[in-house]
Amino acid sequence: MDVSIRNVRKEFDRFPALHNVSLDIHSGELIALLGPSGSGKTTLLRLIAGLETPTDGSIYFGPEDASLKSVQERNVGFVFQHYALFRHMTVAENIGFGLKVRKGNDRPPNEQIRKRALELLDLVQLSGLENRYPNQLSGGQRQRVALARAMAIEPRVLLLDEPFGALDAQVRRELRRWLREIHDTTGHTTVFVTHDQEEALELADRVVVMSQGRIEQVGTADDAYDRPNSPFVYGFIGDSSTLPVRVENGEIWLADRTVGLQVNDVPDGNASLYFRPHDITLLDGCGGCIAGTVATSRRVAGTRRVELEVGGSQHRVEIELPIEHVAAERSRIAFRPTRWKVFPDAQDSTA
Amino acid sequence: MVLEATHHMSVADDLSAGRAEKIKPRDGKRPNPVSESFGAKVALTGLALAFLALVLLLPLLAVFVEAFRKGPAEFFLSLNDPDTFSAIRLTLTVAAIAVPLNLVFGVVAAWAIAKFEFKGKAFLTTLIDLPFSVSPVISGLVYVLLFGAGSALGPWLKSYGIEILFALPGIVLATMFVTFPFVARELIPLMQEQGTSEEEAALSLGASGWQTFWYVTLPNIKWGLLYGVLLCNARAMGEFGAVSVVSGHIRGLTNTMPLHVEILYNEYNFVAAFAVATLLAGLALVTLVLKSILEYRYGDEIAASAKH
Ligand SMILES: Nc1ncnc2c1ncn2[C@@H]1O[C@H](COP(=O)(O)OP(=O)(O)O)[C@@H](O)[C@H]1O
Ligand SMILES: [Mg+2]
Repeated sequence: MDVSIRNVRKEFDRFPALHNVSLDIHSGELIALLGPSGSGKTTLLRLIAGLETPTDGSIYFGPEDASLKSVQERNVGFVFQHYALFRHMTVAENIGFGLKVRKGNDRPPNEQIRKRALELLDLVQLSGLENRYPNQLSGGQRQRVALARAMAIEPRVLLLDEPFGALDAQVRRELRRWLREIHDTTGHTTVFVTHDQEEALELADRVVVMSQGRIEQVGTADDAYDRPNSPFVYGFIGDSSTLPVRVENGEIWLADRTVGLQVNDVPDGNASLYFRPHDITLLDGCGGCIAGTVATSRRVAGTRRVELEVGGSQHRVEIELPIEHVAAERSRIAFRPTRWKVFPDAQDSTA
Repeated sequence: MVLEATHHMSVADDLSAGRAEKIKPRDGKRPNPVSESFGAKVALTGLALAFLALVLLLPLLAVFVEAFRKGPAEFFLSLNDPDTFSAIRLTLTVAAIAVPLNLVFGVVAAWAIAKFEFKGKAFLTTLIDLPFSVSPVISGLVYVLLFGAGSALGPWLKSYGIEILFALPGIVLATMFVTFPFVARELIPLMQEQGTSEEEAALSLGASGWQTFWYVTLPNIKWGLLYGVLLCNARAMGEFGAVSVVSGHIRGLTNTMPLHVEILYNEYNFVAAFAVATLLAGLALVTLVLKSILEYRYGDEIAASAKH
């Protein structure tokens, strides 16, 4: 089921939690909403589910306007952040609930509901626990039951809010791989929320990076990592270094020296240069480069991470060097980013 | 290096030696730092027990002693009276109407307050507490003002043959007013603590609002609800003040058990008065036992507020 979010805005008591968000989710896709806490991920997920109504805009499931439908009619599977299992029902009753409350001819007979619950329990690898109560399960087991319960109604879209948030690292990694497998076998359109970039980049087909109620970037893990399109994404995903620069006639200047990089889509004025520590090339002389003195140097796995002081001691940038490089303290190093981006500074009080 | 290490060690030794000295109990028995002394404990407990005995146990005992003063035969004889029977019947009828209605209204009010955000919520919460803060006599008088001969409503209803005051409806209304908070007050904190996520899960799985309430909300609050109903019932059967104002004290017709006790007492019929009183005391004891069982068995499923 394609899901299309069109110009959705959501305010809580005049506080805007989402500003004009648009997003197309393709059928069968596994997509991650990634962003820091408070960026509006849960709100977006709840809007898709119909647990919140948008202040403005609409949400389409395929060709039909889902905004007009209630939660019950949308047929989405929602896995809540803290699972929200029914505490007084057994595991099997929890999983069968969505079938039990169906009306008329849609409601399967009891034995069939139980059979389906046991099948799903098998799928989430919890066979034998059907008569337990939620408080007799571990966190990871509850998570699986919540997922089985959501899948029992054969949802058109599966929505998961921080599915592994409350679990320890070991279980997390395990469940992550397992969720990918389940997704591949069932083929549900799946949206999950996370604030863990590793989880998002590893698991999702596409990642939606969010910040302060806005979508910053949508793309594959490679897009988000190699081609960040905003300072926020540079800072939030992976490591990055930044330097204040000036753009003049398409040439980038660092203080009174040219860096040797050209841009054509950035207006003249103050700007910021972003690059990843490993996306650099070392230079011998400096006729257009960034040069600095080594402040600190440490070994990180197979490479050397060096902090350079650029332009006196005003700015520090991190670069990655081959392990053979000595990078003695106070020595001078010149380099130029190979993959980088310049973002013009906001037009504020500089005028 | 070596020198430094030894130096550290000696410091550590000094420290541990000093600590051991401080911890070592002087007389071999460690005093519990957060506990009162033994004497204070005994004195306080004794005081509390003496107070309870004087204020609660003694009167309860007196009721039974007075009732059986002239022997069990006289006790049963005095109960065997048509007016007494009618008082018992009326009390049971009133409770049978007022308690279920308050159960429904209490659940509805608690549901609305705990699970939804709306304007005037704080006001509604305060309103629910009103019967607790108003003297029961005033509660009764309100109904006299509303439905009395001098009011607009009373004579109008009377012209259709509906009697409110000095009849069953008035007594039920007054009882409901006084006992309304019990169920709602019990449920609100419980439902607030449980939050709305299970309900949201049920809705997302396709359950209707009614199914969600029936399968999810109600089972989660059932013990708390029973607890509230128990207290509500005890008060409904025992209420004196509010009922006294609206009942009119018509023997055999509008006298509830508490009112009947008063009448018998005023007529110097002590054995009969205390005999009926033992029934009420018995009800109180049964309530107390059930309440304790609920608290013991399902303490964590009853709101935190009830566990004091
Ligand atoms: N029910 C609500 N009432 C008021 N503000 C809310 C509500 N839900 C979320 N918010 C606000 O909206 C913003 C986004 O919240 P949320 O979507 O939960 O973020 P995330 O899931 O990314 O941490 C936050 O600032 C939060 O305080
Ligand atoms: Mg969230």
